[in-house]
Amino acid sequence: MINLNADVAIIGGGPAGLAAAISARKNKAKHVIILDRNSWLGGILPQCIHDGFGVEETGKSMTGTEYSEMYINNAKKQNITFMKETMVLNLNKDREIIAVNKKGLHRIKAKSIVLAMGCREKTRWNVMIPGDRPSGIYTAGVAQAFINLYNIMVGKNIVILGSGDVGLIMARRLKFEGANVLGVVEILPYASGLPRNVVQCLDDYDIPLFLSHTVTYIKGKERLESVKIAQVDKKMNVVPGTEKELQCDTLLLSLGLIPENELSKRIGIDIDNATGGPIVNQFFETSMPGIFACGNCLQVYDTVDVLSLGAKNAGKHAAKNDLGNVNKISNVYAGKGIHYVIPQRITKPGKVSFSLRVEKPQTASMMRVKADGKEIFKKKLPWVNPANMVEFSFNVTNDILYSEKKLEVALDDS
Amino acid sequence: MIRNIHRQMKNFHIAIIGGGVIGSAIAWELSKYTLDVVVFEKGSDVASETSKANSGVVHSGINSPPSSLKARFCVEGNKMLQPLADKLGFPLKWIGKYVIAKNEDEIQELLKLKQIGIQNQVPNLEIQDGKEVKKKEPNLSCHQALWVPTAGVLLPYKFTIALAENAIVNNVTFLLETEVMDLQKKDNFLIVTNKGNFQSKLLINAAGLNCRKIVSMLEKPDFNVYPCRGEYLVLDKNYSNLINSMIYPVPPKKLGVLGVHITPTIEGNILLGPSAEFIDELEDKITTREMMRNLISEAKEIVPSIPKEAIIAAYSGIRCKLASPDKGGWADFRIEESKQTPGLINLLGIESPGLTAAPAIAKEIVRMISKNIELKLKDNHKTIKFMQKRFSEMSLKEQSDLIKKDERWGRIVCRCEHITEAEIINALSNPLGARTLSSVKFRARAGMGRCQGGFCTQHIIRVMEKTFGIDIDDIKLKSSESNLFIGRNREVSDDKS
Repeated sequence: MINLNADVAIIGGGPAGLAAAISARKNKAKHVIILDRNSWLGGILPQCIHDGFGVEETGKSMTGTEYSEMYINNAKKQNITFMKETMVLNLNKDREIIAVNKKGLHRIKAKSIVLAMGCREKTRWNVMIPGDRPSGIYTAGVAQAFINLYNIMVGKNIVILGSGDVGLIMARRLKFEGANVLGVVEILPYASGLPRNVVQCLDDYDIPLFLSHTVTYIKGKERLESVKIAQVDKKMNVVPGTEKELQCDTLLLSLGLIPENELSKRIGIDIDNATGGPIVNQFFETSMPGIFACGNCLQVYDTVDVLSLGAKNAGKHAAKNDLGNVNKISNVYAGKGIHYVIPQRITKPGKVSFSLRVEKPQTASMMRVKADGKEIFKKKLPWVNPANMVEFSFNVTNDILYSEKKLEVALDDS
Repeated sequence: MIRNIHRQMKNFHIAIIGGGVIGSAIAWELSKYTLDVVVFEKGSDVASETSKANSGVVHSGINSPPSSLKARFCVEGNKMLQPLADKLGFPLKWIGKYVIAKNEDEIQELLKLKQIGIQNQVPNLEIQDGKEVKKKEPNLSCHQALWVPTAGVLLPYKFTIALAENAIVNNVTFLLETEVMDLQKKDNFLIVTNKGNFQSKLLINAAGLNCRKIVSMLEKPDFNVYPCRGEYLVLDKNYSNLINSMIYPVPPKKLGVLGVHITPTIEGNILLGPSAEFIDELEDKITTREMMRNLISEAKEIVPSIPKEAIIAAYSGIRCKLASPDKGGWADFRIEESKQTPGLINLLGIESPGLTAAPAIAKEIVRMISKNIELKLKDNHKTIKFMQKRFSEMSLKEQSDLIKKDERWGRIVCRCEHITEAEIINALSNPLGARTLSSVKFRARAGMGRCQGGFCTQHIIRVMEKTFGIDIDDIKLKSSESNLFIGRNREVSDDKS
């Protein structure tokens, strides 16, 4: 067993982990360690060779690869210890991490820990698609890795289920590689990825988008031969008679992402069922003191720019490690029309930045925050879409916190 | 290696058709004798059909009528499994089972089962009331239950693989992706396959669902096969503490099956199933929306707290039934030498409890063979425990020591199940020469976790390419035509330019 000590240990060396590490160093943490299970840093970004990264943050549109290079180069200047090909097997409340790599087992005692494990893709079984179990079914991210990292082509005739951003990007990517992309099938009446990706990845390449449709059957004893798609009604039930068969050898699944929190759950960190990530206060601290969370394991972000910003904050507070004991808590609840709000807990008075997602697309409406029923903040939103995270901030007063008022965020009817 | 044997030896004393659990158990039993034995398996690995897709239950013998072959071989097999597991090193756990009565009426059924069990000499059966059951199974509500302590679970694919690989070590020839196309009987059997012709003195038909097809190559079969599909759902390991033992309803009156039950596997995943549906096509292993829904609702009737979001996979397997649904779906095993074609030993309708019965059936086959061929034990018979302890099951010290010896033990390839690169390499080095992604999955477990291969697939492919030199165009999911890729991108775009 190799014993190590750290001021801040960061689990995950993707964009969130890198941003948190750099920020922790800048905020005077002496010894910062990043642990990552891959042989590279940057997480999923090196396989994202399309552009659009960093626009909000730097004003310049980069590929994911370039964006991650920028952070990796910065991190390398900061005297951070990188432990690659290192898997965290366990951690505990006392902030002891057990990790393994080819040098052996490591026990890392950290003053603070930042969880930055990212997310994983939903599979066929998260949506229970019946039929055969042939080859040729890939999650969109896995297909992206094969094509962009390993120069391996996954198929010729492609159907994509789910219009999340990865699915949209992959539709265009496969078209570039000469594949025949038969269409993107989306169960919702609207695309679930960013509107700009619908235009740039589908419309510009005449790839059909089948809204209010889903894949009802997978056929093929060996390699995939065809899928059946059908229209669904408002309750997501298949409309009889609308089923049609698409001959294809590949089905890509872009069904959404699940924050990766097996470690968090194992040690009993409180999880928000709506985000799938840990419940945090405004300092990104989880229900376990000294353990922070950021990036896609906290919530699935729209853009890496916003994700990095949050991760920097998490890194800063992990470095300072000065939050002390929590005496008073105001819990934040998602009310009508709201899917989730982060942070879910306020533990100190002051200006707090929130982010939320709405439940469904809506035209101009008013968002109101109430403390024990009394309105304390409102903001007019021009239009809202679950694909676009909404951000706002306001001052949480001493009065609200010391009387531990419940905060509820809700939308008016449009 | 396999190719050499292929060329050198085409005449065998005994040919076994089918590398399922029955064929593999017979191969292992016969490997003890100075015989040349060959197994033809049309899949890319052993246990590629029904033997991998079942509940993995070691039955006690309470479900088969006394004096049936099913009862006899089940009870005998049950007793043989622990010594066999110790010897070959496949995992086996005696977790016991509850058959539950949800109301007053069903108690009669429990008493009947107990009675059958007693007649079949199943020990320590016990009727318990709901309160007592609740102490051991807090998530289970029932009126009364029959406790069956001699029921257990194993991993059916690992059991089959252990048998087959130990048979190979003792010079049994396994020919994968080798399908029997035709059979003729003169002095010997002539076996025509897609990989050439072979001869054998005796022929053992352990073709499972295809047993009738094999018989009909030699004679007119006097039976039909009624395939009956069973679908399963697999729950995330995070929910492994929902139950501790197997939970069965009282068997439904029709179909000759045991009903949808809840089975905790050795790996920690709970299985829901199987359904029972007679189908037309022999190997139509699909899953259906209707049955997935049914399985959840039927399982919830037993354990209401099963969450729907816990499901990480679904699969199905096909029972080889000799009785039609009109006849109640129940028929006994048929294990017999053909009267019309001497030397042809048929194993027909080996459905549940065939997995439990396999070692006992294999012994019976040896007895039958000894009437035709004089058997002589080898003096150099070997056993090898192929199933080593997994990295994730080892102590920190064991893990450290292994990494010191070989750093590939320190590289985790499967994040959900913490499987190392060394374990992937061991799986791909199997003596059968099975090299598909599924072969790795069933040996090392990589890809069986909640992300269903999302992380590990690319790393396993790299190992296949780099360490084993397999061309990416030859990488298959599970069978000969189930290619994963269509070549390189660059080559694709070069062709077009």
